Amino acid sequence: MHNTDIIVIGGGIVGSSVAYGLARHGARVTMLDEGDIAFRASRGNFGLVWVQGKGYGFSPYARWTMQSARQWPALASELTQRTGIDPFLQQPGGFIFFTNQADMDARVHLMQSIQASIDEKYDYTLLSPAEIRKHIPAIGPKVIGACYTPMDGHANPLRLLPALQQGALQLGVDYRYNNQVQAIDRQAGRFVVSTAAGEQFSGSKVVLCAGLGNRHLGQFVGLDVPVTPNQGQVMIGERCAPFLSYPTMHVRQTNEGTIQIGDSLEDVGYDDTTRLSLQQAIAQRAIDYFPVLADMRIVRCWAALRIMSPDGMPIYQESADMPGAYVVTCHSGVTLAANHVFTIPGWILHGESAGMIAPFSSERFRVPNEAQS
Amino acid sequence: MNTILFRTLQADSNTAKTGTVSFEFEGRLLTAPGGISVAAALMQNQVLQFRDSPVSGQPRAPYCQMGICFECLVQINGVQNRQACMITIEEGMKIRMQHGQTAFTIVQTGDAK
Repeated sequence: MHNTDIIVIGGGIVGSSVAYGLARHGARVTMLDEGDIAFRASRGNFGLVWVQGKGYGFSPYARWTMQSARQWPALASELTQRTGIDPFLQQPGGFIFFTNQADMDARVHLMQSIQASIDEKYDYTLLSPAEIRKHIPAIGPKVIGACYTPMDGHANPLRLLPALQQGALQLGVDYRYNNQVQAIDRQAGRFVVSTAAGEQFSGSKVVLCAGLGNRHLGQFVGLDVPVTPNQGQVMIGERCAPFLSYPTMHVRQTNEGTIQIGDSLEDVGYDDTTRLSLQQAIAQRAIDYFPVLADMRIVRCWAALRIMSPDGMPIYQESADMPGAYVVTCHSGVTLAANHVFTIPGWILHGESAGMIAPFSSERFRVPNEAQS
Repeated sequence: MNTILFRTLQADSNTAKTGTVSFEFEGRLLTAPGGISVAAALMQNQVLQFRDSPVSGQPRAPYCQMGICFECLVQINGVQNRQACMITIEEGMKIRMQHGQTAFTIVQTGDAK
């Protein structure tokens, strides 16, 4: 039996952010990682640090996302200094393009509604094709307009994950790879976690950061975590000379020149394989936005599974039945990484920022009848 | 440097059928047996650098030779970033090293103001 203070279950971007953040607060942490057999959205995602459009009808999520985007520069510089691994954050603002008026009108309504729901600055601008062209000369003739906000950005998730893991190791986190969790028990006031590798870990607190695995793991500690998989497919283009200086919702160019094209949203269960017809549709949309991409060579494509809650927003909750057991889960592990490093650990260790985090309780999914009974 | 790093281990009995093809690499006229990959044809001619990395600038050459690693990228007949190991050498091909990133020519459309 290995003894520790806090057991973090999950070694992706969310688990690594939380483990790193907890260690940064001085906690003794063990991080249990399923290994590369995991679905690992951390390696399949699009890498956006994205604010615009999030939190429609639920202003706490808009504010939470804005806070993380604001804290991201501090996270990026801290990780770079500590580990030498630069996650390549860029926040020049982001664009969403429209090829028809109905989509553009819907977006305006959405942005106005979010802007009205929060009491802080929420800048956005609608741009005509001529105005877009001043910033993005490669834009194609099918684009009738765009929505731009200065809050958006992107990073390199393939560097963020090792930076967080390396940072965690440097702060003394006991990182256990290939340690899929099989059971969590409560023994003498402590949580005892058993893994498929035959090991046991005992801690005063346990934090579930296992993505889609949280649904099953939650049952051991009285947490209802109704997350389901939602598939997204992306394509990776050859390295090209810089042609796009801003992240956009569907196409971005990395600092190394690679072009990433996304994305799709599909409910296909736990299937993470690609389909040609969907890839063709993704490619066609990218060419509609940027005709010059028609000649680009595609070097890879893949599908990954988002971790979706019923309303698409994060779930942060401490178990009522077993205090000391927490769940931290979301589909925006990159965008929210700064909050998961700087804010969530204080909540887990000392109950700080509880007001800001309370709206993300999974209590919101309970239907009223059930809550009364 | 005249060291021979690569040579054909066994003459292909099909050479009679496939014949010999001539092609250009960086303006040099070279020959190779027909039916082999561009990567093999270049290595047979002791070409040891196919490209430089667009990130680090380091010289690169074929590694996996089965389409996975993208180390063997060259320009073929004006098309950039082609995988030399996945393409069969053809008579008259004009092959160049892949230098840096693909550059797009952006043609302005509409009323840029």
